[in-house]
Amino acid sequence: MTLDTLISIILQGLTLGMLYFLTASGLSLIFGLMDVLNFAHGSIFMIGAYVAWVTTEALAGSLPNSDARFALALLAGTLAGAGLGALIEWAGIRPLYKRPIFQVLLTLGLVFVINETVKLLWKADIHSLARPASLAGVLMILDRPFPTYRLFLIGLGLVVLAAMSVLLRRTRLGMIIRAGVENGEMVQALGIDVRRVFTLVFALGSALAALGGAAAAPFIGLVPTMGMDYQLSAFAVVVIGGMGSFAGSAVGAVLVWLGRAFADYQLSPLVARATVVGLMALVLLVKPTGLFGVKKGGH
Amino acid sequence: MVTPLLALEDVHTFIGQFHILEGVSLTVPEGQVTVLLGRNGAGKTTTLRSIMGLSPARHGRILWQGQPIQALPAHAIARLGIGYVPEDRIVFGDLTVEENLRLAERAKGDLARHADLIFGLFPDLKRLIHLRGAQLSGGQQQMLAIARALVPDNRLLLIDEPTKGLAPVLVESLMATIRRLSEHITVLLVEQNLLLAAEVGDTCFILEQGHTVYSGHMAELVNDKATVLRYLGAG
Repeated sequence: MTLDTLISIILQGLTLGMLYFLTASGLSLIFGLMDVLNFAHGSIFMIGAYVAWVTTEALAGSLPNSDARFALALLAGTLAGAGLGALIEWAGIRPLYKRPIFQVLLTLGLVFVINETVKLLWKADIHSLARPASLAGVLMILDRPFPTYRLFLIGLGLVVLAAMSVLLRRTRLGMIIRAGVENGEMVQALGIDVRRVFTLVFALGSALAALGGAAAAPFIGLVPTMGMDYQLSAFAVVVIGGMGSFAGSAVGAVLVWLGRAFADYQLSPLVARATVVGLMALVLLVKPTGLFGVKKGGH
Repeated sequence: MVTPLLALEDVHTFIGQFHILEGVSLTVPEGQVTVLLGRNGAGKTTTLRSIMGLSPARHGRILWQGQPIQALPAHAIARLGIGYVPEDRIVFGDLTVEENLRLAERAKGDLARHADLIFGLFPDLKRLIHLRGAQLSGGQQQMLAIARALVPDNRLLLIDEPTKGLAPVLVESLMATIRRLSEHITVLLVEQNLLLAAEVGDTCFILEQGHTVYSGHMAELVNDKATVLRYLGAG
């Protein structure tokens, strides 16, 4: 394998790894802090993509600069995800915190409601979101062309990773989230109303998924079921990285997609698809809490 | 009659379908160390958890300075001025010692205001301030758990079996520390070891199978061999 091929495979793995990181990190934070397995997370990813697309379409006549349009579309998609996440937590999950089975039923039901609503509004056809002018080209890396948009996705993932690390490591909210992931009950006993933090984290996790969806839209195209594949692999990434660990989601996503990219090149696409499950089984055998997982305390 | 800082009146608590507290009554006067004694499974830990609202009481009343608090959520109960040091310490392993302490702040500057008291009682914590909770020994975690409860302006500390699992040499120094901190704050202490409890306790209650079966002065109980043998199984 030549150096340029190696770099190309790594960049390819990182691109998808970053998209999955955005989806998996929210899922992991929500589960880690609240013990809520949100099956509608993939639908929020999809909503982010559709809102970004609708925003771009709506602004097409009034805002000729495609870069500005795309930036606003990303923002609108992210905010829509945050709003939807907060609404789901406030109206649906909050009354069900002591009933995990009902939470699963609720979020599974929401998948159908959200997906059918999108079909009703925009049909089940495939839509595409054009890449903005400045990200539509290719960049030569060691004499090999690489789409600029993919480099943007890697950059976006790194920026989110850095911003979230600052939030989790340097702010009081981050401290409460990290402590709450370990033992929510003890955080309450210190005088902190952890339920108020729940809504915020649900909104934040949903915003990350929606940002992932909006950023993925020009890359993979829009269909109402686009979130399903991402959600399933994101669950695997969360298990590999460790429930509740933000860093774990990042490492898990990159490991899975680097593994997949290498397997795709060296072996076959079929083996590449099995990498996710293989890696998950291996991690569960060696470290059942995931690579960065912590054992949870009381709730 | 002076209103006690805390009083429990015929408290009943269920965990799942199990009726754990079947009528616990006790009072905690301000400025004293009140000790809760009893065999394993008598309901001592559940009593503290019920006071904190973590295992809420289903019947009976829990009064803080005469006002009922049994319907309040745990965070609101803590904010009344009650610090909780649980049996298994529950120090946050991913947070540094400093972060563990800062997390307990209810107002900005709480830690700075109480730093002299906290680091006076636990000078080792100053040296360990940047270590993560998970890197501490059992004794160091116990110090941190107590120190954490001293960060905000608490008036009462609930301490659940602080000596459990500690080496004998640490047990002595920990009890000495609890004696010193009781000069600043009221304490309700759960302790299985009667002799250790007698070192620090002013008044005491004994629980058996979820009932309060004895209340009196610690010094009297120590000399009441029949009661000790009957309820605590030791002479």
